[in-house]
Amino acid sequence: MKIVVTVKQVPDPNSSQGLDPDNTVARDREVVLDPGDECGIEMGLQLKEAHGGEVVLVSMGPERARDAIRKGLSMGADRGILITDDHLAGADALLTARVLAAAIEPESPELVICATESYDGSTGMVPPMLAELLGLPQLTFAKHVEIADGRVTVHRQTEEGYQVVEAATPSLVTVTAGIAEPRYASLKGIMAARSKEVKLFTFTDLGIEQGEPSETVESIIDAEARKSGEVVEDDGAIGVAKIMAVLQAAKVV
Amino acid sequence: MPKIWVYAELNQGRLTTTSLELFTRARELGNVDAVALGPGAVNAAEALGRHGARRVLVNEDAAFAEYVAEPATDCLAALVAQERPDLIMFGFSPDSREVAGRLAARLGTGLISNAMDVEAVNGGFVAKVPYFGGAKVASYRANASPAIVLIRPKSFEISDSGDQAEVIAVSASIGEGSRRARIVDRLEEAADKVKLEDARIVVSGGRGLGGPENFHFVHELADALGGAAGASRAVVDAGWVPYAMQVGQTGKTVRPGVYIAAGISGAMQHTVGMKGSKVIVAINKDRDAPILKMADLGVVGDALKILPKLTEAVKARKGQ
Ligand SMILES: Cc1cc2nc3c(=O)[nH]c(=O)nc-3n(C[C@H](O)[C@H](O)[C@H](O)COP(=O)(O)OP(=O)(O)OC[C@H]3O[C@@H](n4cnc5c(N)ncnc54)[C@H](O)[C@@H]3O)c2cc1C
Ligand SMILES: Nc1ncnc2c1ncn2[C@@H]1O[C@H](COP(=O)(O)O)[C@@H](O)[C@H]1O
Repeated sequence: MKIVVTVKQVPDPNSSQGLDPDNTVARDREVVLDPGDECGIEMGLQLKEAHGGEVVLVSMGPERARDAIRKGLSMGADRGILITDDHLAGADALLTARVLAAAIEPESPELVICATESYDGSTGMVPPMLAELLGLPQLTFAKHVEIADGRVTVHRQTEEGYQVVEAATPSLVTVTAGIAEPRYASLKGIMAARSKEVKLFTFTDLGIEQGEPSETVESIIDAEARKSGEVVEDDGAIGVAKIMAVLQAAKVV
Repeated sequence: MPKIWVYAELNQGRLTTTSLELFTRARELGNVDAVALGPGAVNAAEALGRHGARRVLVNEDAAFAEYVAEPATDCLAALVAQERPDLIMFGFSPDSREVAGRLAARLGTGLISNAMDVEAVNGGFVAKVPYFGGAKVASYRANASPAIVLIRPKSFEISDSGDQAEVIAVSASIGEGSRRARIVDRLEEAADKVKLEDARIVVSGGRGLGGPENFHFVHELADALGGAAGASRAVVDAGWVPYAMQVGQTGKTVRPGVYIAAGISGAMQHTVGMKGSKVIVAINKDRDAPILKMADLGVVGDALKILPKLTEAVKARKGQ
């Protein structure tokens, strides 16, 4: 079974956040493989271990996104594809999905795994777009994935609990952060990753015309911040007393 | 007048609250039509009319509720080709965003997601989106037509316009191969008595509570106050509590009268889901925790000691 996992390199969620004066994310920020995509890779590897086959990582990003792919390869994925291009800065979700679709299509995978949403403030729009462009059904918000007899079954997290959703393969699945604990790369895995193939493509290689972006930034301003209020150091009594006073003022007790 | 569409999401036959919220703004932008697909659509038309839809386009095919995203995308794409709306508004909910994503890819228009507002500017539409974790607000102009905008829950107050809609039955237009990802079962996890998003008081717990065995302190205080219990994503991901309790960017948006955050650091992705609360109280061990900078009352202290005492005090007072 061939499994494609999409992976994105994102600013390190644990590093201090910074914006350049032009309101773009500071370029020198530490970058990492998206922690959500690590879960996607883990899920892909577990399915490969159970059913055999191959795990292919696909990423669109700058040259250094190769490090994100490399990390996934050292966890045990088989090979990688990186689409990098002078034009990719500012690519919107639709262009990203078109690029990923063009790279994934020739691979004809049985399963495409994405994270439900990426860590850098994006909002999970790439996966449904990608599913549409690849002509695949989408099984999303999965907190559990199973494959048997050419069918994929997921537990789709909902506000009330979960749904059991089923489709025939090929399908696209998006996984939640809670689905599987990503494994650490072993030393052997790290060594092996060095000789694994990472293919590079440009937009032109994939026949992608960039087109007009679907939205234009008009302005970026500071959000209205809440004023900070009173801060008290609890001494065993004052904390509770102060909170009770607030609850009384709000007429809830 | 621009032609504004609102996608009226039905959840097991019931209209979602977020869909109704969208009409408050939609009405100010132009002539509003609602599209309601699946069992319950005809029933929903009355409420949609009362909130400002002039026409409600309905189809009750069971496939809209049974299969993920694709049937609804097919129907919307066919309707868009016939009717050419200028703007389609979706709620930023898991179900709506999947339909919106597929539709935007099929139409080649793209979309603006996670918006808190949308306005008509110079004959086009500009949406406001939290940026950089909510510290900034970005305004995006939609370049394609129809503009597709997904709007966060609780961005507008529901308001009744007292109108009545014309109900128009439309063809389902579901493609041959679109009945694929099928919902075969729905399971509910124990839900709180008080719905989190409607609660007047929310008590949320985070990683600072130390472990799932301490989360009962949060529930006990919420119960004593007649409110609902919430949580940060850190403890949902760790499996302490169900996802239904998550507050924040990827969870629920709440605007209660009082929000009490215990052992929550106050990451932007959390606060974007609760900063509209009237009064915010935070209990945190760390004086420098970001949550203390936005709380109306911050208590620097141990939540494990304060929560039970507070529950006692509330019970004592209510018992009077
Ligand atoms: C794309 C994306 C989406 C996200 N969506 C969400 C979301 O929807 N909701 C959400 O909540 N998060 C979300 N997050 C995660 C968010 O960034 C934070 O990681 C998370 O909110 C942290 O949870 P926490 O405050 O419980 O844990 P921590 O950040 O670990 O904070 C624990 C706090 O508890 C305090 N503490 C420790 N012990 C005690 C004690 N005994 N008494 C009192 N205080 C104590 C500590 O001082 C600390 O401030 C998202 C992140 C990303 C990248
Ligand atoms: N540039 C990219 N390269 C590879 N995968 C991506 C890219 N952008 C998004 N994805 C995938 O789509 C998921 C959701 O991203 P987003 O839609 O940006 O929130 C990510 O976790 C990735 O799996």
